[in-house]
Amino acid sequence: MALLDVHDLTVAFPSVTAVAGLSFSVHESETLALVGESGSGKSLTALALMGLVPRPGRVSGAVHFGGQDLLALPEARMRQLRGRDIAMIFQEPMTSLNPVLTIGRQIAETLRLHEGLSARAARLRAIELLDLVRIADPGRQVDSHAHRLSGGMRQRVMIAMAIACNPRVLIADEPTTALDVTIQAQVLDLLDRLRRDLGMALILITHDLGVVGQWADRVVVMYAGRKVEEADPIGLLRRPLHPYSRGLLGASPRLQARAHYRLGRLAEIPGSMASALGQAGCPFAPRCDVRQDKCDSVAPALREMGEARLVACPVAA
Amino acid sequence: MSAAFLRNKAAVLGLGLLAAIVAMAILAPVLYPDDPLDMVGTPFLWPGQDPSFPLGTDSLGRDVAAGIAHGARVSLLIGLWATVLGLALGVSIGAIGGYFGGWLDDVALRAVELFQTVPPFLLVIVLVAIWEPSIRNITLAIGLVSWPPVMRLTRAEFRSFREKDFVTAARGLGFGHGRIILREILPNALPPIVVTSSVMVATAILMESALSFLGLGDANRVSWGSMIGNGREVLRAAWFLTAVPGAMIVVAVLALNLVSDGLNEALNPRLGRS
Repeated sequence: MALLDVHDLTVAFPSVTAVAGLSFSVHESETLALVGESGSGKSLTALALMGLVPRPGRVSGAVHFGGQDLLALPEARMRQLRGRDIAMIFQEPMTSLNPVLTIGRQIAETLRLHEGLSARAARLRAIELLDLVRIADPGRQVDSHAHRLSGGMRQRVMIAMAIACNPRVLIADEPTTALDVTIQAQVLDLLDRLRRDLGMALILITHDLGVVGQWADRVVVMYAGRKVEEADPIGLLRRPLHPYSRGLLGASPRLQARAHYRLGRLAEIPGSMASALGQAGCPFAPRCDVRQDKCDSVAPALREMGEARLVACPVAA
Repeated sequence: MSAAFLRNKAAVLGLGLLAAIVAMAILAPVLYPDDPLDMVGTPFLWPGQDPSFPLGTDSLGRDVAAGIAHGARVSLLIGLWATVLGLALGVSIGAIGGYFGGWLDDVALRAVELFQTVPPFLLVIVLVAIWEPSIRNITLAIGLVSWPPVMRLTRAEFRSFREKDFVTAARGLGFGHGRIILREILPNALPPIVVTSSVMVATAILMESALSFLGLGDANRVSWGSMIGNGREVLRAAWFLTAVPGAMIVVAVLALNLVSDGLNEALNPRLGRS
């Protein structure tokens, strides 16, 4: 039984459909990675799960969580869930903290809202949380303002705020994109440890396939708001089936042979995602290297290929 | 922030002058326990002529020094409460309009435009003429005309802050609109509002003085403006009757402006903190 079951999720704006009929599910204590290039609808998927899609976006489909459909819940009920049962970490730690409040107050505010703690108790719990996310000297840092902290520390504070109420699902939207490579691993390790210790499901949104390989239990590859492939990460990295997955993998630099630009060009996927606009058949067809005539007219359905593997390409084998 | 303010000599001077005026207002009933409108001496005593009336007496033999001290109470009281009223209206309407946008913002903007198309002082005169001229009504009238600039300022701040990542993050934590407006955005929007409010106090004092000068003030209370108005008739014979309260208004408004500038520099990070 899945903890969070997304069925036929669609996020439409007047000019563009950003997420189109996306379905996936997340199990307890599982890390699901959503992968795709910028504009593939990953972040809007996350915002849709949180009920935070900006106007004039329209969300349809169903998101089943704890016996209820999140998309059908009234805003007041959804607000109680947000931060308590489902929490989210944003991409930009530099701007996601309030500049005029101490980090302790920001963490405490969440605890007072959802758990009804007193100011004193919330402050003590905030110090514990800072300790839990491995911030040195939490008793002193609790009174710091965000501008005194480094990017990595700010992202840890964001994580502390997100896990303050022991959410069952944590969505991390490119949590390490804005951080140094050395800090990235620390933050992801921290998220992974918290997932195990607190039994959370983690939805990890990323475009870094290295991150997927190391930390994810399952991967959903998205293109133009659609799921094009779902697989276990090792299977995907060893043998990507969808031509887009293959292209993504080919475009990732590897430390082995021919990584340096003088030794060989990094592969790229020709064209841009803009070509998916108004495409009747497969959205990836205009950029695909194994395209067939039918791809332009018939939208490919997801096919089961092997165990727990789905591919939306009739050509892939 | 307070250190940056205290390094600014002009601001400290302003704060000192303001403190002196406030002390004078507080001590007025102690220094001059009698009604300042009582006739207590010979009319037209010049300052220094009689040691018991250091600032002289007016055409009816009223003590000018007592009038100045009690006038400070009226000026500060009206300045303060009119500003509180203006801030309450301007900040709440501006916050709601700027944060929610849409039709609420349209309504708020139309309301502000309604007020801005009428010259504020004219509106004060009309309001005071309709109501009876008491301290409370004058305060209400000045407060009612002083909220539009605060509303526009607050609205602009909220419009820019509502798009910030930390506001989205706060919504992601389940914060409601009220909590986001009061706890997340307002503390960020406060510095320019604080700076404006000190100028608002000065403007309110000037408005009250102008009203009293025109004879539309509270006839039962002495104020700096009414003292100037009374002295005007004998301007050539006893110019000090207008000059002394006039100087007090200048000093009070100057002090408030200096404080405002100091606050602006101390609170505005763009002007460089160190």
